[in-house]
Amino acid sequence: MLQAVIFTIVVIPALAFAARQYMHIRRNILLGKDEDLSDHKPRRWRNMLLFALGQRKMFKRFIPAILHFFIYTAFLITQVELIEIFADGFTGHHRIFASSLGGFYTFVINFIEILSLLAFFATVVFLIRRNILHVRRFEKPEMEGWPKLDANLILFGEILLIIGIFSMNGADVLLQNLEPQHYPETGRLLISDALGPVLFGGLSANALEVVERFGWWLHLLVVLGFLNYLPVSKHLHILLAFPNSYFSRLTPPGKMENMPEVMNEVKSMMDPEAAFAEAPAEEELPTFGANDVFSLSWKNILEAYTCTECGRCTDECPANQTGKKLSPRHIVMAVRDRAEEVGKKLRSGDKQYIREDLRAEADKLTKENFDDGRSLFDYIDREELHACTTCMACVEACPVLIRPLEVILEMRRYEILMESAGPSDWLPLFNSIENSGSAWAMSQPRDAWVQE
Amino acid sequence: MKIPTMAEMAARGEKPEYLFWVGCAGSYDARAQKVVRAFCTLLQEAGLSFAILGEEESCTGDPARRAGNEFVFQMTALQNIEVLNGYGVTKIVTACPHCFNILKNEYPELGGQYELIHHTQLLQKLLDEGRLKVEGGAFKGKRLTYHDSCYLGRANGVYEAPRKVLAELETELIEMQRNRERGFCCGAGGGQMFKEEEAGEKRINTERADEALGTGAEVIAVNCPFCLTMLEDGLKARDKQDEVMVYDLSELILKNKSS
Repeated sequence: MLQAVIFTIVVIPALAFAARQYMHIRRNILLGKDEDLSDHKPRRWRNMLLFALGQRKMFKRFIPAILHFFIYTAFLITQVELIEIFADGFTGHHRIFASSLGGFYTFVINFIEILSLLAFFATVVFLIRRNILHVRRFEKPEMEGWPKLDANLILFGEILLIIGIFSMNGADVLLQNLEPQHYPETGRLLISDALGPVLFGGLSANALEVVERFGWWLHLLVVLGFLNYLPVSKHLHILLAFPNSYFSRLTPPGKMENMPEVMNEVKSMMDPEAAFAEAPAEEELPTFGANDVFSLSWKNILEAYTCTECGRCTDECPANQTGKKLSPRHIVMAVRDRAEEVGKKLRSGDKQYIREDLRAEADKLTKENFDDGRSLFDYIDREELHACTTCMACVEACPVLIRPLEVILEMRRYEILMESAGPSDWLPLFNSIENSGSAWAMSQPRDAWVQE
Repeated sequence: MKIPTMAEMAARGEKPEYLFWVGCAGSYDARAQKVVRAFCTLLQEAGLSFAILGEEESCTGDPARRAGNEFVFQMTALQNIEVLNGYGVTKIVTACPHCFNILKNEYPELGGQYELIHHTQLLQKLLDEGRLKVEGGAFKGKRLTYHDSCYLGRANGVYEAPRKVLAELETELIEMQRNRERGFCCGAGGGQMFKEEEAGEKRINTERADEALGTGAEVIAVNCPFCLTMLEDGLKARDKQDEVMVYDLSELILKNKSS
């Protein structure tokens, strides 16, 4: 009874707090521009199954993929056990499903144990790889500080989870054999039957009970911890990889998004009749391109929250590989950091973040009147944007279908169209195309090559 | 050589099967001009009916759009579409992957719907149909490596057509480690061709040239005029321009005969 009370006191607030954080993230994602990505449902479901559940792109690098797959499936399958933990927790039972499910129960627990052992092995390899081996993509400047700690914390949490599982099951196996039998039979457990006696053999019945409860609570607390930790961690990809691949763009990676407002403007310039026919209502000048989360698509922000900072994009980027400042991973991380900053400021409701000319009359801080004097350009160096060759290697590399290139191109648009800035080398290019219809200013006719 | 323009054909009341979109590089860059001449020679040998726009062709706007200048892109693109639609063009072949990609994927939203084929795909098609024959054997058994351009490869998934053409030449194709989906950029895309490279440890084209040199190939085959320039410059940086040649696929087919 006491356990059920403590359980409820722990679980309910933990779930509530997590729910609140996920609502914040949802709101941050929706800071972006609206875009309808609900077409072609069958193709979208297929992408989700293939790339999120099936991790197809991960398998381009086999060894990390298989290790990742162990942890991922262990994590997914282990959650089945949570059903029982919750049922036991609320009712005060012990292994409530053991007797009713019989052989199937034994099978499920064995499955969890085997995957947990594989996940343990994979986690140790990953810890070594992160901290002892020098993997280039984990040692880029954007990984210093929190991102590196974040990665280690998750792996550490994974180890704790596995310790929880084997303390719980290992002690349970021994308790089942004690006379008088009062622990429900789980059937033969391949790993705990062997591991239990080695680790906990010789302990008194009381000590075993303590170990078993320790494992049970550890398992539960780590899971609740994870749930609350995910929103501030790169590990959010375990959830967001699903919607992100569902909403991923179905267009070829080489296709840039059109800007209908510019197209229509140019069309009316080219057709004098049309220009006179519809005199545009002089509203506020629209933002061309993006300088902040508000001018990116919500999809770009969802992508930023989905990123797990694996760095495959950066590892394949020709600019990065030749020592330029650009790192596609940093671009994606910057979008997330900026979304977090804006979200926090908006939640504060502080009126100092209202745009100056609107501050006097506005009664509430909203995303429409928000202006903190900062933008994505405070996070992303222009040199990064200018170094991109638009080669799409980053797009191709991303296992969860993020397109870092989109953000780069949208920011280039902002720089050129809103600020008339950008590399001065490009001015002759623009002038030449505009004036002579050619990328290079040439005096000879365009078909002179035929004559030679 | 003699190549009719769309205007000339229209004046005679004729319409070619293909419009050959030459692009700025093919029109003005001395090295790329050789490529388009070689390609047109092959098309004429195959008896294909094609024409060019000549003075009526303008830049597709690809470098401007990717640099961020949507206004310049829209102006040149809408003008091109007016010309193309005016002639009722349906099929376009181009020897430039950047033109190929933008005409294929980005012009439709602006009102320009065409069937696009890249010149390496057309060459493969003509070889398959027997309209074009590989003669001679200048490259037979020679070590050759093939550089995937980003805009034919990753952007549009064309990896095999150029390789099939190379197979016809019976060369010894040695792949670079980074090939197909993982092909390493030459460094020219996204407007880089027209600006100084940002500060770094190495130039992108030198990195790729080094990788190509690492295969021990005598020839680097390309499908893009920008890759051609970048890789030739990369070889020059290593003083290998006389030992290793960079050729477009159409040049290889043509030169194969000269043995």
